[in-house]
Amino acid sequence: MSQETKKQHDESQRPLLMLAEFDSPGACMHGAEKLRDAGYTKFDAHTPFPVHGMDKAMGLPDSKLGWIVLGFGVTGTFLAWLMMYWMNGVDYPIVIGGKPPGTLPSMIPIMFEVTVLFSSLTAVFGMLGLNKLPRHHHPLFFSERFKGCTDDKFFLSVEVEDPKYDTDKTRALLESAKAHAVEVVRDLEEGTP
Amino acid sequence: MAYWEPIKEIGETSLLAPNETFHSIGDKVFRVNETKAPRGWWIAFGTAVTFTIILFSCVGWLFWDGVGVWGNMAPVYWAWDITNFVWWIGIGHAGTLISAVLFLFRQKWRTSINRFAEAMTIFAVICALLFPGIHVGRPWFAYFMFPFPNQMTVWPNFKSPLLWDLFAVSTYFTVSLLFWYTGLIPDFASLRDRAKTKTTRLVYGVFALGWRGANRHWQHYERAYLILAALSTPLVLSVHSVVSFDFATSVIPGWHTTIFPPYFVAGAVFSGFAMVMTLALITRAIYGMKSVITIKHLELMNKIMLVTGSLVGYAYGMEFFIAWYSGSEYEAYHFFHARAAGPFWWAWTLMMSCNVLVPQVFWFRKMRRSIPVMFLASILINVGMWFERFVIIVTSLYRDFVPSMWAIYKPTLVDIFTYLGTLGLFFTCFLLFIRWIPMIAVAEVKGVLPAADPHFGHHHAHDEDDHPEPAGALPVPGE
Repeated sequence: MSQETKKQHDESQRPLLMLAEFDSPGACMHGAEKLRDAGYTKFDAHTPFPVHGMDKAMGLPDSKLGWIVLGFGVTGTFLAWLMMYWMNGVDYPIVIGGKPPGTLPSMIPIMFEVTVLFSSLTAVFGMLGLNKLPRHHHPLFFSERFKGCTDDKFFLSVEVEDPKYDTDKTRALLESAKAHAVEVVRDLEEGTP
Repeated sequence: MAYWEPIKEIGETSLLAPNETFHSIGDKVFRVNETKAPRGWWIAFGTAVTFTIILFSCVGWLFWDGVGVWGNMAPVYWAWDITNFVWWIGIGHAGTLISAVLFLFRQKWRTSINRFAEAMTIFAVICALLFPGIHVGRPWFAYFMFPFPNQMTVWPNFKSPLLWDLFAVSTYFTVSLLFWYTGLIPDFASLRDRAKTKTTRLVYGVFALGWRGANRHWQHYERAYLILAALSTPLVLSVHSVVSFDFATSVIPGWHTTIFPPYFVAGAVFSGFAMVMTLALITRAIYGMKSVITIKHLELMNKIMLVTGSLVGYAYGMEFFIAWYSGSEYEAYHFFHARAAGPFWWAWTLMMSCNVLVPQVFWFRKMRRSIPVMFLASILINVGMWFERFVIIVTSLYRDFVPSMWAIYKPTLVDIFTYLGTLGLFFTCFLLFIRWIPMIAVAEVKGVLPAADPHFGHHHAHDEDDHPEPAGALPVPGE
C-alpha cells in the first residue's frame, strides 16, 4: 500500500485523471456545475448513492435504457405469441375445452410473463452494457483516497483526455469549488513488467 | 420546506435515529459481514442445516417409493404439497411488494427492510418451486413441461393454467433475483473497498462488477431500478393470480370462483408481511439494527397487515355470501357443511381466528408498537395463512360430488417432515445471506438521509428556529 502511495506521487508516471474530493453531495454538485459551465465533457461524479440533480449539474442527457427495454419487451410478447400459436395452433393443433387451437385469450398470461422476463433481463444487462460494466480495472482504483467513494466521500474526476484539461487550470477550478483535496491519479502500471 | 423535514402538523417524525450518518449506517450493517458470526448464528445454522438434510431425505424417499409415502389419497389428490407451494410463494410476495410497489409509491421507509425482504422472496420461491417438481409422481419427467422439440413430437398444452404457473413462477424467480442483485451492486462495492484481506476484496470485488459510484452509471442504474420496479409490480400481482387460476379454472365447488385472483394476492401480501415481520424482529434484536429498523417501520408494516388481513377477511365473507346467494347447493354445502362444520372445522376456525381476528389488534396504536404483540401476531398469521391454503385445498376435495368417494385426509410423517424441511432450507439460505451479504440496502438508506439532499443546509432561513437541522429526519406518517 505504501509502495503504491509512493508510486502515486512519482511524477514520472503518466497522469490519467484528476480527482477532487468533497465532503457533501451539495459541494460535489456545485463542482460538477462549474466543470459543465467551463465546457468540460470527460468528467464524472462519484458518489456513494445517486445524488438527485447531478444529471442536470453534469449536463447529461436522459438515459436511453427505457427505449431499449421497450424494444426487447415487445419482442418478448411477439415471440411468446408466435411460440404458442405455432406449437398449439399449427404444428400439433389440440382442441382443449372446445376452444379453437390457436386462440388468443388463453395465451395472454404467458405472453405477459415472457414480456416481463425479456424486459427485466434487458433492463439489467442493458444497464450493465450502457455502463460498460463489469470492469474491474480502472485508473480510479489506483487512488487510495477513492475508497471513501463507497462510504461517505464525494468525488469529481476529470480525464486527462478531456480537451479542456490543463493541470493547473483544472486544479484551480476544482479548488475554487471547495474541493478539500485534489490529486492527480497516475498510471501505476506503466513500465512495470 | 425541504422534503426531509417532517410535517409536524400531521404528526410526522424522523425515520432513522437522529445520530445516524452515512458512515455509521455502513459501519453498522457491514460489521455483520466483516466480523465472526455470533454463537447464536451457528446454533441456528446447525438446526437449519439439519432440517435441510431431513428435507432431502424425505424427497429421496419420495423419489424411491413414490407419492404413496404422502397422505394424498382419493379424492384428496392435492394436499400438503400444493398447500406448501402456495404458502411459500405467497410469503415471497411481500418482498416484491416492499421492493417494487413501495418504491413506485416513493415510500422511503422501505429502504430499511427491502433487502432482506427481497432475499426472503428468493428463498421462499426456491422452497415453493420444489413442490410442483416433486409432486408429479415421476419427477424425472418434469421436463415435459418445457416447450422443446422431443421424441414424442408433442408440445405442452398452453391452455393449461398449470403451464401458465410454470412460466409465472420461473419468471418471478428470475426477476426477483435480478432485482435483488442490482440493488446489491453498490453495497458489494462498499464491502470491497472496506475489505481488510485480499480474498475478501477479490470475492466482493468480483460481485461488485467494478462499480465506482459514477454518476454516468447511477443514471442508467436508477432507470433500470425504476423499470424493474414497474415490471415487478404487475408481475407480482400476476403470479398469485395465476396460482389462483390453478384452482379457479377447475369446476370444484370452493375453487371455481372469480374472487380468487385478488383474494390470493391479498393473502400473499398478508402472509409475506407477517414473515418479514418475524425475520425483522429477530435479526434486528440479534444484530442491533434498532436505529435503522425503527419501531416506526414496524408500525407501518403492522398497518399493512391490518389492511391486507381485513381484505382477506372480506374475501372469506364474500365466499360465504356467494355460496348462499348463488343458490348452488354444491357450493353452499361446501362452505356451510364441509368447511365450517365438517371434520375439518378446527382448521377452518384456526384460519378464521388467525387471519381475521388477530390482525384486528393493530387498530390500537399501543398494539402496533408492542414488539411481543407483533411478534406473536406475525407467527399466528403465518400459521393461519398455511391453514387457509390447507382449508381451500383439502376441504374442497375430501367431499367429492359422489358421497361414496368421501374420505378423510391424514398427513403422513413424510408430509410433515418435508414441510419442516423446507423451513430448514429457507433458514439455511437466509442465515447464509445474513452472514455474507449486507442485510440492509446501505446505499439506499444513505440516499434517504437528510444530508443526502444536495440542498441540505442551504434553505429556510425564515424558520430556522422551529426546525432545528435534523440529522436523521425523514417524514413518515402515522406517529
